[in-house]
Amino acid sequence: MKIRTPRAERAFDTRKSTGTPASASRRRFVVGTTAAAGGGLALGFALPGTIRDASGQAAAQAVPEINAWVVVRPDDTVAIRVVRSEMGQGTHTGLAQLVAEELQCDWSKVTLEPVSAARNLARKRIWGDMSTGGSRGIRTSHDYIRRGGAAARLMLVQAAAAQWQVPVSELTAENSVVRHAASGRSARYGELAAAAAKLTPPDPKSIVLKSPRDWKVAGKPMRRLDTAPKLDGSKLYSIDVNLPGMLNAAVRQCPVYGGKLVSFDAARISAMPGVKGAVRVNDTTVAVVADTWWRAKTALDALPITWDEGPNAKVTSKSIDAHLRTGLTSGDAFADTDYGDAAKAIAGATRRIEAVYSTPYLSHATMEPMVCTARITADRGEIWTSTQNQELAISALSQTSGLPLSQCEVHNYDLGGGFGRRVTVPDYIRQSVLIARQFPGTPVKLIWSREEDQTHDYFRPISMCRLEGGLDEKGNLVGLHIRVSGQSINAALNPAAIKDGKDVRQLQGLWKEPGDAQIGYTVPNMRIEYAMRNTHVPPGPWRGVNTTQNGIYLECFMDELARAARRDPLEFRRALMQKHPKHLGVLNAVAEAAGWGKPLPRGVHRGIAQFMGYASYSAAVAEVSVSAKREVKVHRLVLATDCGHQVNPDQIAAQVEGSVAYGLSAAYFGECTVDAGRIQELNFHTYRVMRMAEFPKVETVIAPTWDFWGGVGEPTICVTAPAVMNAIAAAIGRPVRNLPLKNEGFTFG
Amino acid sequence: MIQLNVNGRVHSVDAEPSTPLLWVLREQLGLTGTKYGCGVAQCGSCSVHIDGEITRSCVIPVSAVGNRRVTTIEGVSADASHPVQKAWLELDVPQCGYCQSGQIMAAVALLRAKPRPTDRDIDEAMTNICRCGTYQRIRAAVHMAAGNAKGRGSVFKVVGEAPDTRSLAEAPADGTRDA
Repeated sequence: MKIRTPRAERAFDTRKSTGTPASASRRRFVVGTTAAAGGGLALGFALPGTIRDASGQAAAQAVPEINAWVVVRPDDTVAIRVVRSEMGQGTHTGLAQLVAEELQCDWSKVTLEPVSAARNLARKRIWGDMSTGGSRGIRTSHDYIRRGGAAARLMLVQAAAAQWQVPVSELTAENSVVRHAASGRSARYGELAAAAAKLTPPDPKSIVLKSPRDWKVAGKPMRRLDTAPKLDGSKLYSIDVNLPGMLNAAVRQCPVYGGKLVSFDAARISAMPGVKGAVRVNDTTVAVVADTWWRAKTALDALPITWDEGPNAKVTSKSIDAHLRTGLTSGDAFADTDYGDAAKAIAGATRRIEAVYSTPYLSHATMEPMVCTARITADRGEIWTSTQNQELAISALSQTSGLPLSQCEVHNYDLGGGFGRRVTVPDYIRQSVLIARQFPGTPVKLIWSREEDQTHDYFRPISMCRLEGGLDEKGNLVGLHIRVSGQSINAALNPAAIKDGKDVRQLQGLWKEPGDAQIGYTVPNMRIEYAMRNTHVPPGPWRGVNTTQNGIYLECFMDELARAARRDPLEFRRALMQKHPKHLGVLNAVAEAAGWGKPLPRGVHRGIAQFMGYASYSAAVAEVSVSAKREVKVHRLVLATDCGHQVNPDQIAAQVEGSVAYGLSAAYFGECTVDAGRIQELNFHTYRVMRMAEFPKVETVIAPTWDFWGGVGEPTICVTAPAVMNAIAAAIGRPVRNLPLKNEGFTFG
Repeated sequence: MIQLNVNGRVHSVDAEPSTPLLWVLREQLGLTGTKYGCGVAQCGSCSVHIDGEITRSCVIPVSAVGNRRVTTIEGVSADASHPVQKAWLELDVPQCGYCQSGQIMAAVALLRAKPRPTDRDIDEAMTNICRCGTYQRIRAAVHMAAGNAKGRGSVFKVVGEAPDTRSLAEAPADGTRDA
C-alpha cells in the first residue's frame, strides 16, 4: 500500500523507502535528518517505549522512572511523559489518557512531564518522533505509548508478586492499587514503584493491549490536564520568558520576499531610551536590541533602512492570478489519477458542466506571534521558544550557533497557537540565535510584531482549480476531470519529496490510494491533474493543508453537478460512493444527525460536503439563510468525523469547533493579497477573522469505526467551507467559486 | 517615574509616557498574564479593566491612566474563584489559552454591566479574537457564570460502540489501514 502523508514538516522522517510508516514498536530505523540537521547527523534509535536505556537509568533521579513513559512517586502521583507539542489541541491530555488507561492508575493523580529535545537525543530518541503536525500526535504514537503504560503496570504487579511471594496471575491492578484477593493484601503504586523500577521490562511485543470496549479513562470526556493556569494569568508562554539580564529584540525583514537588506543607520537610534544597538541578522533582516521590547520596537520604527527589493517588487495579486490561470489548461500538468477516458466521456456526455474555482493565500495568524529567546555562549546554546517540532528547533539552534547538538537545549513552551506555522521552518528561531550570538552570554528575546508575523508567514499556497464533468441522459456522472493549478509547498520546503517532477501533495484529499486522504467517489472515467505554478511568496502547511482548498473545489463542484442533474446533493453523492464505505458512513451519519430532507424554516437552505484527510473521514451539513442584502447567517452546522478511535470526545468536539472557526474565518474573510511584491494585510483590521457573533451553532457527531486511527486536529476543516458555500449556492441559486466570500459582497452575522 | 495603581497596589514605573500600558504591565511589572496579540486594539488579548471599564491596554499610553485603578487577569481573584474563572474551568473553555486572559476580562466586565446577558449581549460585548475557536464554550461559560447555565457549550454525541477486540496490537500504528 502506498501512503502519502504530508511529510515536509517532518524533520525526522521515519518512513522506510517504501513510504510506509511502520509500527515503531516493532522495528528499528535509521533516521535521515534531511535539511533539518545539516551536519549529516544520522541517529539510530530504538523503539520508543518500554526498553530502558542505560543513559536514562544513569541519570540520577530522586524518583526513578518505571520506564521512559511513567514515573510513579511515593505519594501515588503519576508523571506521564509527553513529547508532542501542546498548542491547544489537547494532545497532552489525550496521550496521558492512553498511557493511564493501560497503567490502570488513578486519573486524578496524573500529571504531565514534557520531555525536551536534548533529553530525547541523549536517550537515543527513546520517545520517538517529537514533531507535532499532520494531526499525528495520537494516531502515530498510540501503540507504543499504550505499551509503555501497560509495561509499567506489569512491572508494578510483578513487584508486588515478588514482595508477597505469590503468582502474578493472582494479582489485579486497578486505580493505582495492586491487590491479592486471596490474602486480602494490597499495595499502592507509590509503594511499589521503587521496586518495579529495578525490574527487567517485559517484551513490548508480548503485551496485550486493552480492548477499547473496556476503556475507563481513554475514550471518555476527561477534563484537560492543563486548563487551570490558563484562567489566572499564571501560565507562561514563550513570550512571557524573563531571564536575568535579558535583552529584547524587534526585527524587520525585507518586505519583499527575495529582496535584501542593504544598510541601516544605527547611529540615528543609538541615543533612544534603552537601545543597545541595531544589528544585521542575516541578508534580509535587521534587528534592534534594547532593554525592553517596546523600546526595541519604537527604535526599530525610527531606524532608517535601505532595502534592495529586487525583481519581485513588481509582483501583484493580478500577476499571480494570471500565472496560475496558465496552469488550468497548459500541457505541463501531470495526472495522478487517470482511469477510463475522462475527456472522451465528458465530450460525449449529454450535459457538460465546467467551473473554475480559486482560493487565496492565507496567513496562520496564531494569537501568539513568533517568539524565541536565545542565549549563546562559547560552549552552550539554549533557546526558550514554542515550536511544533523541538527536534527541528534544536537542529536549527545547533546549525545557527555552530555548537554541537550535545551542547544545545530547547526549552519548549506550550504554543499560543500553531496551526502549522511553527512546524516546518524555524525562521524565528534562527533569527533569535543570530541576534544572541552578537551578545554572547546574554539572553535575548525576539518577539515579532503582528505586522511582521502577518507579512512574513509561510502561507497557505494559492491555487485554482478547473473542474469538468459529464452527465448522461439520466443525470449520472460519467466523467470527471479535475485540474489543480497552483503553488507547491514541497517545491519551497521539501523538494526531495517531489518525485520525477510530480508533486502529489498538492492533490491531498483527491488521492486514489486509500487510508490517508482518498477521494470518496468512483466515477466511470476520471482524471485528476496538478500543474505547478510557483511564486516568490513562501508557502507552508496551514491547518488542514491542501485538503482545505481541494475540499472546496471537489465538494462545491459536486453540488454543481447535482443541481445540473436535478438530483438531491446527498443522493447524487451516495450513488458515487458505494465503493467508499467509510466516506459514505460518515456522510450518512451527518445527514441523519442534521435531519437532511426534513423541512426547514422559510429562507433557510442546507448544504452538504464530505472529504477525507489525515486518515479521518469528515462530513458536514450547514443550514444557512442569505438576505437580499447578501447577509449570510449560518444557523446550524453539524459535522461528523470518523477518526477511527476516539480518545476524548469532549476534546474532539473542541477541535471540530476550532476547525469551524479556522475554516470559516478563511472562507468569509481570509485573504493575503500581494502588491509591489509584498503582503498587504498587516493586522487583524484588514485580515479579518471570525469573532463570537459570527460563530455558528456547532454540533459534532463522532462516529468511530475502531479499525484504524485517524487524526482529529485538522480533518474536519476541509468540509466546513464547502458545506456553507453549498448552502449559500442553494439560497442564491448559483454557485460561489472564489474565496473569500467577502469579495463577492457577502456579510456575515 | 509614573505612578500606577494595578491590582490594588501602587507602583512607580520607569517608562516613556507614550509606552502602552500593556508593555508596562508585562515588562516593568512582570504581569505577563495580559497578552500582546495585535497592538492595534483589534484582538482583545491585552484587555484589562481601568476603573472597571474594559480597555485594550495595547493602545492606551501609560501616562493616560492617571490615578485610575487598573485590574489585570492576575487581579480578578486571589484564587481563581471568580464565577467566570470557575465557569471557564468547569467547561474546559481554553484550547491554547493565549487569548483567554482577555476573554475572561471581557466576560467579567460584561457580567458586571449585565448580570444576565442575552446571546445578543454576548455577541456585542465579547469581540475578542480566539483563533482556536472556543467561542461556543465561551458563550456557554458566560451564561453559566451568570447562573443561567445552558449546557456544556460543546454539543456532541458518539455513535456506535467500540468492538470487543482482545488486542489492537495488530492494528497499524499510523492510522492508515485501508478504508
